[in-house]
Amino acid sequence: MRFQFVLGEVFSGLRRNTTMVVAVVLVTFVSLTFVGAAALLQAQIGKLKDDWYDLVEVSVFLCPEGSVVPTCAGGEATDTQVDAVRQIIDTELTDEVSKVYFESKEQAFEAFSERYPDGYQGTQLTADDMQASLRLKLSDAEQFAVVSDVLSGRDGVEIVEDQRAVFEPLFRTLNAATLLAAGLAGVMLLAAVLLITTTIRLSAVSRRKETEIMRLVGASNLFIQLPFLLEGALAAVLGSLLAGGGLWLAVRFMVSDWLERSVDWVAYVSEVDVLRVAPLLVVMAVALAALSSFFTLNRYTRI
Amino acid sequence: MIRFENVSKVYARGARPALDQVSVDVERGEFVFLVGASGSGKSTFLSLVLREQRPTRGRVYVAGRDVANLSGWRVPTLRRQLGVVFQDFRLLQNKTVHENVAFALQVIGKPRHVIRDTVPEVLDMVGLAGKGKRMPTELSGGEQQRAAIARAIVNRPQILLADEPTGNLDPTTSLGIMRLLDRINRTGTTVVMATHDDEIVNEMRRRVVELSDGVVVRDEARGGYGEREAILPDVGASPVLDSPGSGTRAPVQTVRGV
Repeated sequence: MRFQFVLGEVFSGLRRNTTMVVAVVLVTFVSLTFVGAAALLQAQIGKLKDDWYDLVEVSVFLCPEGSVVPTCAGGEATDTQVDAVRQIIDTELTDEVSKVYFESKEQAFEAFSERYPDGYQGTQLTADDMQASLRLKLSDAEQFAVVSDVLSGRDGVEIVEDQRAVFEPLFRTLNAATLLAAGLAGVMLLAAVLLITTTIRLSAVSRRKETEIMRLVGASNLFIQLPFLLEGALAAVLGSLLAGGGLWLAVRFMVSDWLERSVDWVAYVSEVDVLRVAPLLVVMAVALAALSSFFTLNRYTRI
Repeated sequence: MIRFENVSKVYARGARPALDQVSVDVERGEFVFLVGASGSGKSTFLSLVLREQRPTRGRVYVAGRDVANLSGWRVPTLRRQLGVVFQDFRLLQNKTVHENVAFALQVIGKPRHVIRDTVPEVLDMVGLAGKGKRMPTELSGGEQQRAAIARAIVNRPQILLADEPTGNLDPTTSLGIMRLLDRINRTGTTVVMATHDDEIVNEMRRRVVELSDGVVVRDEARGGYGEREAILPDVGASPVLDSPGSGTRAPVQTVRGV
């Protein structure tokens, strides 16, 4: 009985306020799409890191002939120095480093020649122009700082390089895009809150005769406010569902159907990720509506 | 049933109090007229009973509750024991008479079968049998007030507050409304009615509490409305009539030709 009555009130309120309700739906739709896009971008970054960080190594470049780095004052790294470094890796970095191998100048030259069979930009290089290195596979790519700290400045080590640095510009771009989406989402969410507030206020004013009677005959606060709460929540949830649907379509057609086919060596976010994000959007919508209602209702439907 | 103990109500700091040290005791089952000029404090009195306002000083007891110190979430429970009727009926125009009365029960969560049984009964009692399907606009003023009364009493309140219920009605219709209120009173409901209608007060011969400038100036068990000023008081050639009810004559002014 109560439930049915409240529902009736909600729908009559929605009908009376159609334009405002549509506005709320659209604004929450757009704002939550941005929120979802930001979340998906982060998911994408996570996927790329998972994929690519498995491929990258840390290169400990050993001193070549004539290096000006202080640790290379003794000239080209000697076998003893290399062994000392390996010793350190084996003892101090057992947790961080999962695999070590030594790439000699010759091996480096081989790999280089393989990649550039006709010489690099017209230069003629020999194995002596190459630099020997220790290649480390980290058990966790994020541990680079620790490894670098331990190995940098050792005798015979010229520089410790993280191949991850290659990806940094891409991740920086994606992170900037995330920030942009999140920023726009923030602005739109603010607009959504204001709009929901206004809608509830309008609804409360247009129904103030009803609420007055309700107050006088002793309806409880919750009972008076529930229809308004539900009205805002319903509109916001509708917006969040649209946002979820929009993101799903975007991922389905732009990522799965198009990007994945044209650039197929990258792992992309999929519809599954959208399904993971969508419930969060709905929760956010409800929280949004609850927040706006809380501030409005106490002012407009007080007992 | 209703007890005011030295109740004062000041709306704005420094302003003249709307009620000033008012002490009134209304017994269960009584019928009380609250009379006095506009601004004498009648409406403040009723809104204190309803706990729409809190007294600035003093205590208000309604149905055994200390209303002034009642916490917000208990107010609905208090109001379920009160029925209110207004001069302007305050029916919801988009609902039928039946729906208007049912509304009062729906919003306090009464089950459907109770509503189905009670509403026609009450409509019958107030003399609107068979008019439940009409819209308020299709009713006469008297019928609208009957609908409003039906809504006020449908939950069987212990107290019925009426704020000038006949203010918008002609004398004959008013009489019908008064008979109805009297009948409701005879079923044991305490009735407090604020009114300007001296004919009704004089005819009913019930308890009269007269307020003037927020002070109880008269409390008679079987009173009449009290002295009224003549509509055209004998004040000589006066261009300005004093406000009614103040009892003082306007100073005589002579208008000189320029």
